Amino acid sequence: MQYTEIMVRYGELSTKGHNKKSFIDRLGSNVRHALHRFEQVKVHAQQDRLHVQLNGADYDEVMKHLKDVFGIQNFSPSIKVEKSFEAVAAAAEAMVKEQVTKPVTFKIETKRADHHFPIDTFEMNNRLGGDLLEKFPDKLKVDVHHPDLTIRVEIRLNGIFLSSETIKGAGGLPVGTAGKGMMMLSGGIDSPVAAYLGMKRGVSMEMVHFFSPPYTSPQALAKAKQLTEKLAKYSGSIKFIQVPFTEIQEAVKEKVPEGYLMTVQRRMMLRLATAIMEKRHGLAIFNGESLGQVASQTMESMMAIEDVTNYPVLRPVLSFDKTEIIKIAENIDTYDLSILPYEDCCTVFTPPSPKTKPSVKKARLYEQHLDVEGLIQRSLDGIKITEIHPGEDFLNQNEDVFAELL
Amino acid sequence: MIYFDNSATTKISPEVLTTYDTVSQKIWGNPSSLHNFGEEAWNLLEQARQQIAKLMGVKPSEIIFTSGGSEGDNWVIKGTALAKHRFGKHIITTSVEHAAVRNAMAQLEELGFEVTYLPVDKEGRINPADVKAALRPDTILVSIMAVNNEIGTIQPIKEVGEILKDYPNIHYMVDAVQAIGKGLDDLVFSDRVDFATFSGHKFHAPRGTGFVYAKSGRKLSPLIDGGGQERTMRSGTENTPGDVAMARAIRLVKENEAATVKNEQAIKERIYDHLKQFDHVRIFSGRNAGFAPHVLCFAIVGVRGETIVHAFEEQGIYISTTSACSSKKHAEAGTLAAMKVPENEATSAVRISLGDQNTLADADEFNQVLDQLYAGFQKIID
Repeated sequence: MQYTEIMVRYGELSTKGHNKKSFIDRLGSNVRHALHRFEQVKVHAQQDRLHVQLNGADYDEVMKHLKDVFGIQNFSPSIKVEKSFEAVAAAAEAMVKEQVTKPVTFKIETKRADHHFPIDTFEMNNRLGGDLLEKFPDKLKVDVHHPDLTIRVEIRLNGIFLSSETIKGAGGLPVGTAGKGMMMLSGGIDSPVAAYLGMKRGVSMEMVHFFSPPYTSPQALAKAKQLTEKLAKYSGSIKFIQVPFTEIQEAVKEKVPEGYLMTVQRRMMLRLATAIMEKRHGLAIFNGESLGQVASQTMESMMAIEDVTNYPVLRPVLSFDKTEIIKIAENIDTYDLSILPYEDCCTVFTPPSPKTKPSVKKARLYEQHLDVEGLIQRSLDGIKITEIHPGEDFLNQNEDVFAELL
Repeated sequence: MIYFDNSATTKISPEVLTTYDTVSQKIWGNPSSLHNFGEEAWNLLEQARQQIAKLMGVKPSEIIFTSGGSEGDNWVIKGTALAKHRFGKHIITTSVEHAAVRNAMAQLEELGFEVTYLPVDKEGRINPADVKAALRPDTILVSIMAVNNEIGTIQPIKEVGEILKDYPNIHYMVDAVQAIGKGLDDLVFSDRVDFATFSGHKFHAPRGTGFVYAKSGRKLSPLIDGGGQERTMRSGTENTPGDVAMARAIRLVKENEAATVKNEQAIKERIYDHLKQFDHVRIFSGRNAGFAPHVLCFAIVGVRGETIVHAFEEQGIYISTTSACSSKKHAEAGTLAAMKVPENEATSAVRISLGDQNTLADADEFNQVLDQLYAGFQKIID
């Protein structure tokens, strides 16, 4: 069956009061962005719903992309027919034929927006239901309370729309409606999940990645970019900010007692993230910390580290167990990448026994031996920003050569 | 020559061999090495893994390379026993499994595990109700082959899976060695299956290659410990050329799968319909959808299986007694015995197993040769 449009229902958007219009506009533009490869598709974002006119595009493909757009509660592929009972009956028949393989219960649910149409809701339900029962006596049985199949008929001014499936959307809020956030992306399992969850709540995310060659490998950098690529589909593209960290790491290692290596390193990272955020007009810093997971993720440690910033540091996976995080990582397809065994800057120079309860006072004290300002400035001067789009490949530059072998 | 012994092994395909050769000569670094020469081999290996996963509709992390079917079977069975013996020591399998499964089970029995061998009907098929009846609180593993290697019976993998949905802690393993490329992926990868084992040389990949599908989250102990390759699940320096060549072989098999299945079924039917006419011929394989398209097992009752094999071989046609692995041991066919086929028929059994290179013309030639041989055999059949 060739559907003619997809009807998209908003989620929480409907409750956003004054902001509703800007939310809907943003969702409309995000949907357009997600579907831009389908040239013939037209997107109309209206007050109550969003309509995707297919104009012949492959609806399976379109729906696959719609599933990644935050701010959508659910959607139904529907078919537009001319405004006559015969046309409605024919389309409904085709629908049942395609979708019903074993006997099911069903009901018809009609909505009539065009009150000039001669058949009213009640009559349409009855006539169409009767018609289908006659055509499929073995397959269909009426159950108006708990039907397996609901055929929705919407009588509008510009035609009649039939739909029967409702497909769950990604939920959340449209990316961009919450403002911009800076994600401290390592390369592990947690930070991509945290980024995903932040984006799901409407944050337009930019990735901040620290790299320290030769202590971290080029593959670790490529891996972080590839993880960013995986997340880019939720927002069209993502800015990847790579921050040189070698000099800082060496200085910290040289001057700071072992127990505070990590705390001071993290304070330096957070200073950098803060500076970058101010410059790029972000509103918050995000990271993938989960309370108690490792030594640096105790509340004492968070306190000692957050001492260097005045901005909110948000931790979307704070209260998640590792297994819960892994489950999401698998769903968003970042898990297999995250477990690639490349050293990143969180794993090099990890002291054998970091302080699980570092104090702010001591962290400040040890930093006095460092030229904090100079180190930060030199690192900021070396920043490189790239924009990453879905489908780009960073890990496997030899892929074309390999393709011939496979 | 007509090669009708594709369940024993297949010829490596030229493209696959090219891959093997190129990788051996050019990308021979150790995938575990840190330098970029090793990294390149790693990337290639991972891409091969991804390709297999994609073709099978599973996750890359769920594909683990092995040396073949026997390793896969032994690993999943013994690896489950090692990982789960604290929860119980009871295993359910069938009485028609490949020796790799059967003998692994026998080893476990010596260590105090209890194994229930399910009976089969006259088509060589188990009854799912028997699985249910055999389940016990201490059952840790159910192991059932997808396609029988001797007569081609397709086992009710899905139905057993439905039963096992109520027992989520039991490992469900499918020996899928004979099922690949035969249009049976839906069966093998039905959602309750936890492990499936595959062998490369059955589908034109090099010997010594294979893989196991291991559903994520399922616990299996490794049998080969060492350098921690394959995510510590199977140590030993990766067989990059072999594994990459196998990934290519799978792609080729998958590309032609529908046509191959149709062709093999047509060949099988032509021979089947011909065999049917002879009084002393018993056919053990079915012609229907309950059997894989590439296996046809029959007997010329009164003539020993090996005699039939050699008679065909003189005419340039290669078939086998029921299973190449056991055929030299003069063992009575395990599957046929389990089907309660009388011994005199079972010892006469031979197996034709088809591959994608076979044609209907091969079937015609086989039928002609059979006519001649049968006429000759009639002298020794009383």
